[in-house]
Amino acid sequence: MQPLLVSAMTLASSLGIGLGPTVAAIREQRSGLRACDFETVTLDTWIGPVDEAEQVRLPEALAAYDCRNNRLAQLALRSDGFDDAVETLKARHGPTRIGVFVGTSTSGILQTEIAYRHRDEHGRLPGTFRYAGAHNGFSVADFTRRLLGIGGPAVTVSAACASSAKVFGNAARMIESGLIDAAVVGGVDSLCLTTLYGFNSLELVSSDVCRPFDANRRGLSIGEAGGFAILERASAGTDPGAILFAGIGETSDAHHMSAPHPEGAGARAAIEQALRSAGLAPRQIDYINLHGTGTPSNDAAEDRAVFDVFGDEVPASSTKGATGHTLGAAGILEAIVAALAIREGIAPGGVNTITPDPALRTRYLRANLEQRIDCALSNSFGFGGANCSLVLGRAGALAAATREPRA
Amino acid sequence: MTASAKSIEVWIDSVALVGPGLPDWQAARAVLRGERPWQHAPAVATLPPILPPAERRRTSLAVRIALAAAHQAIGDCSFDAAQIASVFTSSGGDGLTCHLICDALTQADRRISPTHFHNSVHNAPSGYWGIAMRATAASTSLCGHDASFAAGLLESMMQATTTPGPVILVGYDAPYPEPLQSWRCIPDAFGLALVLSPEPTSRAALRLSMTIGTAEPTRLADPALEALRLAVPTARALPLMQAIARLQPATVAIEYLEPAAAGLPASRLILALEPAAAAAPERR
Repeated sequence: MQPLLVSAMTLASSLGIGLGPTVAAIREQRSGLRACDFETVTLDTWIGPVDEAEQVRLPEALAAYDCRNNRLAQLALRSDGFDDAVETLKARHGPTRIGVFVGTSTSGILQTEIAYRHRDEHGRLPGTFRYAGAHNGFSVADFTRRLLGIGGPAVTVSAACASSAKVFGNAARMIESGLIDAAVVGGVDSLCLTTLYGFNSLELVSSDVCRPFDANRRGLSIGEAGGFAILERASAGTDPGAILFAGIGETSDAHHMSAPHPEGAGARAAIEQALRSAGLAPRQIDYINLHGTGTPSNDAAEDRAVFDVFGDEVPASSTKGATGHTLGAAGILEAIVAALAIREGIAPGGVNTITPDPALRTRYLRANLEQRIDCALSNSFGFGGANCSLVLGRAGALAAATREPRA
Repeated sequence: MTASAKSIEVWIDSVALVGPGLPDWQAARAVLRGERPWQHAPAVATLPPILPPAERRRTSLAVRIALAAAHQAIGDCSFDAAQIASVFTSSGGDGLTCHLICDALTQADRRISPTHFHNSVHNAPSGYWGIAMRATAASTSLCGHDASFAAGLLESMMQATTTPGPVILVGYDAPYPEPLQSWRCIPDAFGLALVLSPEPTSRAALRLSMTIGTAEPTRLADPALEALRLAVPTARALPLMQAIARLQPATVAIEYLEPAAAGLPASRLILALEPAAAAAPERR
């Protein structure tokens, strides 16, 4: 694919609000996870909450969109100067030449869950319930385009935990087609009872904290996050130090609704497709941000896929021990972590992993590795067998790498 | 959204429709051509025999209507289901499963069925489709509220032309149970599927060109069909399906997005259909 410039990024997760606190947390190898105290949940588990989301107030004109998910979206959109960058973008291209592609898995379902508790004697929901603005999956993309005043194509991608990695593909296709000149891509997923009790029903949440790639990993910790990026066409004049979105692979497992293919076949195909799309050989990847949920089956399948492509040389880690699994926001969160790895020259060590599983062969980082990173890969896999891998890289390095023959 | 004059072109290789009083494309085509009147009857979504028994038992109406339409279209197309990319789009996804989970969460033990939970993801039909057809290519699952069909058509045309390669688009909706039905009334299930190809195929009878514009949406002359178009988000596709059924040159406009801000117009997909013979004399 034609690489796209990542000209702005913003992130709100349990590590902090904005890129600065996120980088600081990565440097300190700090985790945002804590024992679950969310809402009325009584599960013995860990969560990665963004407490600040609760204080956010939406603009009066967008009150119909009020829900935890859109508050989290606004928290991110108003950080890191992102909304100012969008204003500049609108002035440059016009508001109808920009697309909005946002991933989520549960949108504002928390508000529906609460409304169900307050049904009247006839079973009716309270009058404060909001379908389009909160419950419906499109709510977060619609809120984003209205808050930013973007008039181009917009859609929500809801492909479980691959959602906000796949939005990069939607943007790339529409920019390539010439329908738009730039895109706001992102993902927002917020804590709710459906996912906490739902993953619990599948015995995938752990009473222990999330320990990706650990011999004693027992399951995931659920987090929440909102993240966004601006994608634009790169040009000959693009700064060689700028970070580009360079490749994407999207595949389907065709295996099982909630369990990964045991040999990681779909994951491997997504990784290989992403590398081909970027025109890179495996050895040209300097860091891999793993999906690494900390469930026994995910990490085993992903390890197999990653090892089959990269062997045991490329440093890799999952940041879900730090952020929790942010589900529909995991794709954008971890794409931004990969971009920060490149920008800061720091491959994040996986937090909470104590005893690396000897059965897993990927080069799993437990400590931060500070070195130059030119190109990084980020994996996101989800229910329904949805797989997506993204390649990001420094513009100068990508130009040089794709000139040399692929060994 | 007037800035885009760029036209995107694909070929319609195969069509399917399953809706109320419209059991399959043959029946829908006759109704849409005006050859026989539309009579309301509940949509019958028969799951094609493509899933293993364990998965069959787990499917809900939303999954069945999506797979029924997809299976009809793929059975009549030029491509191998295992290789073709897919785009699923739905306004509300599986409202029944969502209701069952929200209801269970009000109970003291908050026990959720694991099957309900994995069926609750918006991409459940995509997952089942992959399992059924061994389809390992890219698949996405979209939601655009009332604009879901238009958003899905737009994305499937992007997939077809930039990959480039064939794509199956599956649009579907199913009713919510109460109490959600009172807030979002989708009166019946409705599914459709289009197999799109970036190049002419021996089966493709029509070329479809798309631009984004602001024209008034095309309405259906039959008041009952027009009511169906407005009642079910996926049925916003009916003017396009009618033009496909007629096999005549036609231009229709279907609703896309409401204005993002005051002063901006609502956007529409402007869809031009041209019969293959006229559109591609060089067609094999």
